[in-house]
Amino acid sequence: MTRVAEPDTAEEVLGQKKTVGRQVHAVLHRMPALSPLIVLVAAGVVFGLMNSRFFLPGNLSIILQQASIVGALAVGQTLVILTAGIDLSIGAVMVLSSLVMAKLVKDGSVPGPVALLIGFAVAVLAGALNGFLVTRIKLPPFIVTLGTLSIFTAGTLIYAQGQTISLPANTFLTWTGSTISIGSFNLTVGVIMMLVLYAVFAYALRQTAWGKHLYATGDDPEASSLAGIRTNRVLLSAYVVAGAVIGIGAWILVGRINGADPNAGVNANLESITAVVIGGTSLFGGRGAVVGSLIGALIVQVFDNGLALAGVDPNYQVLAVGVLVLLAVGADQWIRSVKS
Amino acid sequence: MTSEQPGAVPDHPGPDEEPPLLRLRGVSKHFGPVRALTGVDLDIPAGKVTALAGDNGAGKSVLIKCISGIHAPDSGQMWWEGAPVHVRTPSEAAALGIQTVYQDLALCDNLDIVQNMFLGRERLRRTGLDEVSMENAARETLTSLAVTTVRSVRQRVASLSGGQRQSVAIAKAVLWNSKLVIMDEPTAALGVAQTTMVLDLVRRLADRGHAVMIVSHNLNDVFQVADRIAVLHLGRMVDVRPTADSDRQIVVDLMTTGESTRVVREPGRPV
Repeated sequence: MTRVAEPDTAEEVLGQKKTVGRQVHAVLHRMPALSPLIVLVAAGVVFGLMNSRFFLPGNLSIILQQASIVGALAVGQTLVILTAGIDLSIGAVMVLSSLVMAKLVKDGSVPGPVALLIGFAVAVLAGALNGFLVTRIKLPPFIVTLGTLSIFTAGTLIYAQGQTISLPANTFLTWTGSTISIGSFNLTVGVIMMLVLYAVFAYALRQTAWGKHLYATGDDPEASSLAGIRTNRVLLSAYVVAGAVIGIGAWILVGRINGADPNAGVNANLESITAVVIGGTSLFGGRGAVVGSLIGALIVQVFDNGLALAGVDPNYQVLAVGVLVLLAVGADQWIRSVKS
Repeated sequence: MTSEQPGAVPDHPGPDEEPPLLRLRGVSKHFGPVRALTGVDLDIPAGKVTALAGDNGAGKSVLIKCISGIHAPDSGQMWWEGAPVHVRTPSEAAALGIQTVYQDLALCDNLDIVQNMFLGRERLRRTGLDEVSMENAARETLTSLAVTTVRSVRQRVASLSGGQRQSVAIAKAVLWNSKLVIMDEPTAALGVAQTTMVLDLVRRLADRGHAVMIVSHNLNDVFQVADRIAVLHLGRMVDVRPTADSDRQIVVDLMTTGESTRVVREPGRPV
């Protein structure tokens, strides 16, 4: 008995063959964090073979601790980039916020929790300012945050008067730097906070309407607003929530350097973008996963650490990260392209 | 230009007649000095496909945007199921049961079919999104509309063909319990087979009791699927009649000059 098979897939209707490339394309689209994960594992294997110390728990703990600041910022950066925006001011806001926290405790004798709340509020307000300028004044996010980057950086330097502030260890604000040992792994509270941030936002992006609206707004704002989504509100929420995440990042920073340094976050703005892009989130919005940004942040640190252990000139690490960024953006373009 | 007077139609539906699903009276809209719509009257009955024809710039898009809440008319009145209404936003239109399938389809390419169909109305359970229930509802809706060419409801929309995208957009409108589905050029970008598929879907929609309004340049489509043809000319509604009382020449005359003196002669039909 024969039955004429009806064409039932888009490929068949269009007379296309399911090639290997097409299948890879589909899998990568569904799991944007897959290709960075492969890079991370491969890099780990190579660096492990080059130097056996790479996989020692102590070394892996250091990598995690080094990734904690940029990792936390990359959560906020992911939210903004998913909406097809970008936040160039993210590191500057973190430093400003951390400085407010530390200075209030040191010079103002404000209790730690109150200083934390005020510094956190500064970060949220900074995010709200970016969001306001993007949604109400309708300026491109790149320009808005380029401007606020200068403003927040200058504000930080003026406020700090060129001074770094050091706080004693084991106070409320530096609690994030205290160590928690799991076996031979030495994690800090800051590392755990960063991992919790990823868990929370992985859930929020996958399992809440807000998360879906963030993707939809980044993918196609017009279609989203026709579907009844208030896209301006979604955009504003991305910047404000990113501000809150930066506030937590500022707390992690204070714990990590035991105080605040106005020059601490010079590279954090771009490093957070690097982590997000290497992590497979599209700079054009609407596609990506927050866990990819964690992998991206880890990749940068793994290259840094692994090449140092292998005795390679550290400039090659910068070069390697540059190559990875270009590869990631190229892969994104390929995944985005629709062949029909 | 036209002998019809908007004022000739009663301002309110009479007590005896069944009110149409949607009734427009005297709807006008201008953009600065440009009068896009002038005193448009139109009834949209349930269970029928009403085609809206007209040349470029005749005001077709403006009219559907007024109905779907994107533009606010400057004057005129709308009745929905006999009751006067004001539709100020697309969500208010959706709340009434008016869904519009736009020409560019208004689907998010990088979201899958389920996410698109539930965009803005996600179903929740205690622990998050109710993906199972949404996926089932999406699949059932597509099946009920006999849209069987889609491999998986978890496919992203970008991987679909034009006809499939149109089907998903229409299914989305159905899923949201719409009583009136407005379609802007549903077949404009489609090939022959896919056009047939979409027109069949339009027909099924009306047979299920939905009111359907389609805007189309393609008179083949109009005559194939529509029960009634309304023609706009320079912002005025110049003619509304059953498809059986019309033919291509009449519609073309109405579209280009706003009037037609031609009378349809059909076998077995009194002249």
